Amino acid sequence: MTDSNSTEPTDLPYSAERLSPLHAVHVAAGASFTDFAGWQMPVSYGSDLAEHHAVRTAAGLFDLSHMGEIYVVGPEAAAALDYALAGKISATADGQAKYSLLLSREGGIVDDLVVYRTGDDRFLVVANASNRMEVAQELLERTSLFDCEVFDESDDIALIAIQGPKSFEILSQVPTVEVDDLENLGYYRSRAGTFGERGEHRMLVARTGYTGEDGFELYVAPDVAAQLWEALIETGGGSGLIPAGLASRDTLRLEAGMPLYGHELGLDTFPVQAGLGRVVNLKKEGEFVGRTAVEAGPPEGARVLVGLKADGRRAGRADYLVFATADKSATADDAVGTITSGALSPTLGFPIAMAYVAPEHAAEGTPLFLDVRGTRIPASVVTLPFYKRESR
Amino acid sequence: MADKTELQYTAEHEWVLVEGSTATVGITAYAADKLGDVVFVDLPDVGSDAAIGAVVGEIESTKSVGELFAPVNGTVLESNEAVVDSPELVNSDPFGEGWLIKVEFTELPALLSYDEYTALVGE
Repeated sequence: MTDSNSTEPTDLPYSAERLSPLHAVHVAAGASFTDFAGWQMPVSYGSDLAEHHAVRTAAGLFDLSHMGEIYVVGPEAAAALDYALAGKISATADGQAKYSLLLSREGGIVDDLVVYRTGDDRFLVVANASNRMEVAQELLERTSLFDCEVFDESDDIALIAIQGPKSFEILSQVPTVEVDDLENLGYYRSRAGTFGERGEHRMLVARTGYTGEDGFELYVAPDVAAQLWEALIETGGGSGLIPAGLASRDTLRLEAGMPLYGHELGLDTFPVQAGLGRVVNLKKEGEFVGRTAVEAGPPEGARVLVGLKADGRRAGRADYLVFATADKSATADDAVGTITSGALSPTLGFPIAMAYVAPEHAAEGTPLFLDVRGTRIPASVVTLPFYKRESR
Repeated sequence: MADKTELQYTAEHEWVLVEGSTATVGITAYAADKLGDVVFVDLPDVGSDAAIGAVVGEIESTKSVGELFAPVNGTVLESNEAVVDSPELVNSDPFGEGWLIKVEFTELPALLSYDEYTALVGE
């Protein structure tokens, strides 16, 4: 047996591998690891399906310490980010978070980001691990004419996410965690909290995530990350909290219709193609990087991102072709689209995928065919997300 | 469950149990673990030909797809329907109930011993 479509990475020299501050905790928990942007990160702790279901029904704990944390601080930080990013960052209030994009001058997506306003003059920009260096460099260059400074704090910040319907119950019961009025911390809001017997460690608590469930992301110093992780497991274990790896994170975000950089998003993708037109604020005054290109829009007939569902149990996967016909004489040149992510949905029980397809095949209900290693699997276009949690 | 040390192995992470002229084939625990939770198994029809190195089945997990290669030449005697119905058997009991096919073989090539296979995967 060999892996014909593996997400396993190529081997890197050991020196290039980075380890999370939680690495020893993962090893002790029996994790298997995968390379992710040069980091050895847990892919699962035994059963990725069990981890997926735990997040949907109870809670899962994720180590996201590989992500990039870049602070932009100064009197003109808000204006600088309005210029550097696609959204109107200056319109956020202290404690508010905003999903945004760093665009290229050509209108492509350099990275997708969450920006947390943590004060009048300060913002935390959270970037994908694979793009951290580029985002930090771009932010430095793009903000150079503004009165603000850019600090790449990625090496000094660990990130733990607790995700799932029991997240609030668990986090609020950890004896060493203190967050004022956690109950009323709204979605896409953040607040300073503390961790430790005497509240001696600061952390940023955000009600954000990448799973389609309620949950929190906790930004802490690397040297106390293991303590916080173990405190959460100790408190939450009885409620069904288990550690969860990147494999389940991927199926969870796919069900929730959330794009992943390198799959649904990239330099050759305009935001509007990815369904992210709303993230680009063309009404905001002034110039921002990529504005001219985004206003002109992608070329006529550019493919757009859709959701696809299929019958049976065979999933279309990244890079598989999408056809408008079941006729197997159709060649790759006749394909009307390409899958960017796909899996048998653990929650829904049928195969789901996201794909870029020609606009004339993008309407809801359009029948399409997935080329799954030579077999044409019937599918149809559905609206995203595939899965939406019941509102609280 | 077969005694792992008595089985033969391929570099493609299959195990082979030889009894008379029948070879029972499955994937190793190492391979099952690397794949992650198996959610779909496609196995060959009974009576179909197996040729060394040819793809005779697929094992899909949530995150990837593995191909099952025939380790011997011969004819497929049996496909494990229990695994088709419950693919998780590949993870829970890869050397036992998670077996995949039985082949009446006409040619059995040199395969790896348990020690050689464990050296290969470094475990």
